[in-house]
Amino acid sequence: MIGPVIDLVDVGKTYQTGSLTVDALRDVTLSIDRGEFVAITGPSGSGKSTLMHILGCLDVPTSGRYRLADEDVADLDDDQLAEVRNRHLGFVFQQFNLLAYLPAWRNVELPLVYAGVEPRTRRARALDALDQVGLGDRADHRPGELSGGQQQRVAVARALVTEPALILADEPTGNLDSTSTADVLDLFDQLHARGRTVVLITHERDVAARADRTIEVLDGRVAGDRGSQS
Amino acid sequence: MNARDLLRTAVEAVRTHKLRSALTVLGITIGITAVILTVGLGQGAKADVQAQIDELGTNVLVVSPGSSTDSSGVRGGFGSASTLTSTDAQALSSTTVAPDVQAVAGVATSSVSLQVDDTNWTTTLTGTTPSWAEVRSRGVSDGRFLTDEDVDDAAMVVVLGPDTATELFGSTDVVGQTLTLDGSTLKVVGVLDALTSSEDTTNNDVALVPSTTYAERLVGGTDRDSVSAIYLKATTESTVSAAYQEANATLANLHGITSTDDADYAIATQQSILEASTSVDRTMTVMLGGIAVISLLVGGIGVMNIMLVSVSERIREIGLRKAIGARPRHIRRQFLVEAAVLGCIGGLLGVAIAAVGSMVLPRVADARVILSVGTSLLAIAVAVGIGVVFGVYPASRAARLAPIDALRNE
Repeated sequence: MIGPVIDLVDVGKTYQTGSLTVDALRDVTLSIDRGEFVAITGPSGSGKSTLMHILGCLDVPTSGRYRLADEDVADLDDDQLAEVRNRHLGFVFQQFNLLAYLPAWRNVELPLVYAGVEPRTRRARALDALDQVGLGDRADHRPGELSGGQQQRVAVARALVTEPALILADEPTGNLDSTSTADVLDLFDQLHARGRTVVLITHERDVAARADRTIEVLDGRVAGDRGSQS
Repeated sequence: MNARDLLRTAVEAVRTHKLRSALTVLGITIGITAVILTVGLGQGAKADVQAQIDELGTNVLVVSPGSSTDSSGVRGGFGSASTLTSTDAQALSSTTVAPDVQAVAGVATSSVSLQVDDTNWTTTLTGTTPSWAEVRSRGVSDGRFLTDEDVDDAAMVVVLGPDTATELFGSTDVVGQTLTLDGSTLKVVGVLDALTSSEDTTNNDVALVPSTTYAERLVGGTDRDSVSAIYLKATTESTVSAAYQEANATLANLHGITSTDDADYAIATQQSILEASTSVDRTMTVMLGGIAVISLLVGGIGVMNIMLVSVSERIREIGLRKAIGARPRHIRRQFLVEAAVLGCIGGLLGVAIAAVGSMVLPRVADARVILSVGTSLLAIAVAVGIGVVFGVYPASRAARLAPIDALRNE
């Protein structure tokens, strides 16, 4: 556990649609260290979503090497990728993706269910994660009874609950008003301050500005890398 | 993810979509109800026949009037002619002609209305001889049975079944009372013992009078000598076929029958009645069972349809679950268990409705339904199985979804 959290070397991703070949990512080499707060930006179609999918082990690269938390993940099968996502990654999505029929704490404990954690431990850890995002008193509310900002904080708690090596947030403020946006971004600041590694994918400049380091993606390549500590 | 988590997730999903789940369950419920009732009806009918045979005794033979051919050459069905007479019955009771026949009783029956004061009761009036009690293995609980003197004198006496006595007089303590039939007064001399082995109460609701009284004084008609059936009792169970041969030969001789095709009577043994009725039952059971299986199949397709809808409706949920660490097999199991839960609920409801049906059907359709715990458990197991079998395809579709495609779905 000494190396970087994310280590991409010459990663490429090619999509084949009929006779058309699209190079969504080309020769991306990237390293993110433990405790960094990084924003990945770029216009739509730049390949930042593809990069996010590969970083999140939701998709595998066609070429190159990807080490996540010192584990080679470029050639894993579906089951192994699911396990890696479960152990090392916490996702926050633009659409929150909470299950409407479950109360907040049951949404938060979901990753622990798939990790095979005991029910009693699950509940305790879920409540703890909700405390960390300031929603300890809303544990029994269903998503429909919470505001957008609160729902996104529940989603952050769900990303936190497994103590992942990396929290990956894909346009986390895209569906929020300015007040809630500020709330959620403050939350990411706090997580960063507590030593968490956070990667934020966004096309909004002011959101990206909250991060210490900004990686700009353009035409499937890394076009800029500002504030890098290395 | 352990079994409890799986089950809880499935139950929550079913509860979240109440109407949809209810409609899916309905298909299975109808199928299971149909299967259980079909099996129950089959078993009930079989038990009824068996009980009747047990009551009558396995060494009893029944001779019924056969078909006759009229002048225009039209052949009527069995029973269409009154070809049996009390003479036939007398001939069969001869020990020299039919040594293996222990007792003979000719019966003539008709439906009549009996009256006591203001009470009317419609029952089967049977004109017969004292040997009826021996042939049918019945006795009296009170008073006496018909005697030879009654027959000789054409006495105005009657022996009542226990149910008939209760309906008419309100009790079975009725020896010495009188009742009227079309203006004729009959004196009750005895009450038959009650048969309890069968649900069939017709054997407890009868009125027996001497054959002579029946023919000459009460019913009359043009054919005073004719009987509607002759009951024979073989000496033992092993002489039933010998008794059959003797009776057949005697009657053929009496009726001048040379070819068996022309026989104007039919002799049935209990064995042949049992075989005939079970083969009819079997045909019915196979037919009804086929319909029930088809309805179960339709129910299963309903489950598959709804599960496919459920998968495409919850595509984001599947994507999310996969993103946070669910393996394909977790997703497959989740949907399989959901389908099994739907099947199980359908099965339980089906058993419950069948239980109610088994109480209602005997009242409306005069058919006994026997429900067994075994059949019910099997039916529930089948319902769960149907859920699983028809859930396999939707579940593997859900399991195969790529997480990014599922998450991208708006």
